[in-house]
Amino acid sequence: MADTSEEQQTKTKTAIWYDPTFRAIAFQVLAGIAIVWFFWYIFDNTLTNMEKRGITTGFGFLDNPAGFGILMSLIEYDETYSYGRTFFVGLLNTLLVSVLGVIFATTLGFLLGVARLSNNWLLAKVATIYVEVLRNIPLLLQIFFWYFAILLKNLPSPRQSMNLNDSVFLNARGLYGPAPVPTDGFFAVWIAFGLGVAAAVYVVRWAKKRQDEQGIQFPAYRSAMGLVIGLPLLVFFAMGMPMTLDYPALKGFNFQGGMRVIPELMALTWALSLYTASFIAEIVRAGIQGVTHGQTEAARAMGLRNGPTLRLVVIPQAMRIIIPPLTSQYLNLVKNSSLATAIGYPDLVAVFMGTTLNQTGQAVEVVGMTMAVYLTISLLISSFMNWYNKKMALVER
Amino acid sequence: MSTFTPLPDLPAPSSSKGVVGWMKANLFSSPANSVLSIFAGYIIYISVIPALNWAIFSADWVGLTQDACNRNGACWPFVASRLDFFIYGFYPAELYWRLDLAFLLLALSFGPQFFEAFPYKMKLAVFSLTGLPIICFFLVAGGIFGLEDVPTEKWGGLSLTLLLAYVGIVAALPIGVILALGRRSEMPVIRTFCICFIELWRGVPLISVLFMASVMLPLFLPEGINFDKLLRALIGITMFQSAYMAEVIRGGLQAIPSGQYEAAKAMGLNYWKMMRLVVLPQALKLVIPGIVNTFIALFKDTTLVLIIGLFDVLATVQSAIQDPKWGKVEAEGYVFAAACFWVFCFSMSRYSQKLERKLHRGHKR
Repeated sequence: MADTSEEQQTKTKTAIWYDPTFRAIAFQVLAGIAIVWFFWYIFDNTLTNMEKRGITTGFGFLDNPAGFGILMSLIEYDETYSYGRTFFVGLLNTLLVSVLGVIFATTLGFLLGVARLSNNWLLAKVATIYVEVLRNIPLLLQIFFWYFAILLKNLPSPRQSMNLNDSVFLNARGLYGPAPVPTDGFFAVWIAFGLGVAAAVYVVRWAKKRQDEQGIQFPAYRSAMGLVIGLPLLVFFAMGMPMTLDYPALKGFNFQGGMRVIPELMALTWALSLYTASFIAEIVRAGIQGVTHGQTEAARAMGLRNGPTLRLVVIPQAMRIIIPPLTSQYLNLVKNSSLATAIGYPDLVAVFMGTTLNQTGQAVEVVGMTMAVYLTISLLISSFMNWYNKKMALVER
Repeated sequence: MSTFTPLPDLPAPSSSKGVVGWMKANLFSSPANSVLSIFAGYIIYISVIPALNWAIFSADWVGLTQDACNRNGACWPFVASRLDFFIYGFYPAELYWRLDLAFLLLALSFGPQFFEAFPYKMKLAVFSLTGLPIICFFLVAGGIFGLEDVPTEKWGGLSLTLLLAYVGIVAALPIGVILALGRRSEMPVIRTFCICFIELWRGVPLISVLFMASVMLPLFLPEGINFDKLLRALIGITMFQSAYMAEVIRGGLQAIPSGQYEAAKAMGLNYWKMMRLVVLPQALKLVIPGIVNTFIALFKDTTLVLIIGLFDVLATVQSAIQDPKWGKVEAEGYVFAAACFWVFCFSMSRYSQKLERKLHRGHKR
């Protein structure tokens, strides 16, 4: 009896390679070995190749003097600064164009998205045509168009600049405007700004708490705006306006002084904003349409008018749908700003992965650092999105 | 006995029908609406009208040299004279028929997808994603069947753009499927690797990927092995887009209820059979619009190869507009290139919208 059952057991016992757990582990070990081998192989090849070509490794090159000029820099920079400095110059220029692009694209995109849903036939058609044309043409082509075909061909030389009130000038070298120069006592305005922000945060929290507990409403956002903007302004005037304006002036062949926006920045910001706005418009439209019709009908049944229906019922729910794709558009915008290199705007890719890479030849370090920057930005933005999503998600039973 | 005969209905007031009625309802229904209409009309007046005027009404259409253009509007003879260059790049002129044939095959295999009634859509789709690329490759590159060999440096123009997009699409889809499956796998090593791979490519701009493909790929390979520049660009584009494709497909996989997986397992199907016969057909069908959108993005992204020195349609335009014989023709060149891209992208997006409507059932008011 015992013999037969043992026999049966050995018969039904499957071979070890049919066991799912064993197979999973074996497969993973094999895959792990393959991946490690692949990367080791690449690493080894790279080292040999670099040795053969006489390329040094390591990050020591970052301290060497760069020796090339950069068209535009938000921090102090000239030829004598190090390669490490060029990294930060490029990074700041990338961030500048990204922030400008995000602001303009969001504004225009929301307007267009709402316009596409408008009852007004003409307005809806204009917005539709805009979206359908812009989003189906490659961004690089649009940047080239605005920069080479529109800006460079139509802007006058500095001597024939377009002139607005002798303080704003537009010519082929860029857009010149008066630059604010803070004088003694301006720090008080900064302090007031900091205080205003802190007070605004407090007011918003307090108002929310009171409304949750007692149901009494308070115009929190309006008073917060007043604190953030009004308080510094008040201090500014109280201190006797501690700021002068530095006007640009034509000296020789070029303008000196003032604030300058180079045409590359104008073209890039313009093209990025227009292009991304067409995508944001579609996201906004989908978000508003995604709020079920029953919500609007229920709001109407409660006696809410058009404005409050939108503000209190539709938009808060639409935002829940809009935010995730919107953040990925912002990410795209930041990544697309690297197209700057095609028209010579000195962003991170153009300065660091372009000139610095060519001069030092240290491809691995430079490309690695550049990619790490973009990866960090995208991880930051997506973790913000996850946080926001969690905060806004429907609380279900 | 007098019968009740109702009077005929009065016609609607003239202000509520016809053109006037339509305008009243759609453009001037309220003061705010009127303001918006006037604003939209003004935008059309300052943008669309001058653009049409430049491109059509004051444009010059015929001629062979710069003298044919009076410069009040667009100078289309420029585009006409360089059209061969824009389409074929540096491809030898006597071999244009091979590219034409490849274009024709592409059109024949993708065109019927737009028609509802065509019976062999699925088979044709499989063919256009498997057999056709091989045929097209040998047709364009030559080297066998007595076809003259054409090196990749001579490929260019719109044909190169289409080739990049087509190969990218064909290669990115299967890699994307594998990555998506890997990301949802229960094996931690595979899953971690797929997540890292996808997030890495999605987190960096395509330019830096192309730079890496052109600068660093030669460093990665052992001495003596070197890829063609075009192939390096293709590898970069494919890796980049397959990561996006994987995320789209993952969305589809997540939307399939777990009952489907369990039912397939209960039928005794193994992992690959379950995926191939039950899950993937449903998941891919769900995300066809997303896949097409990825294709559109890929198609537009092919322009970036000009930065690493390949001659796609935008690069041919860039070099042709610098010809001093034609003077100031930047706008004409760019508008032509934009039109090329727009036609392809717009038809693809229309196709995806059509599918979306077809797949969207109910819940619409």
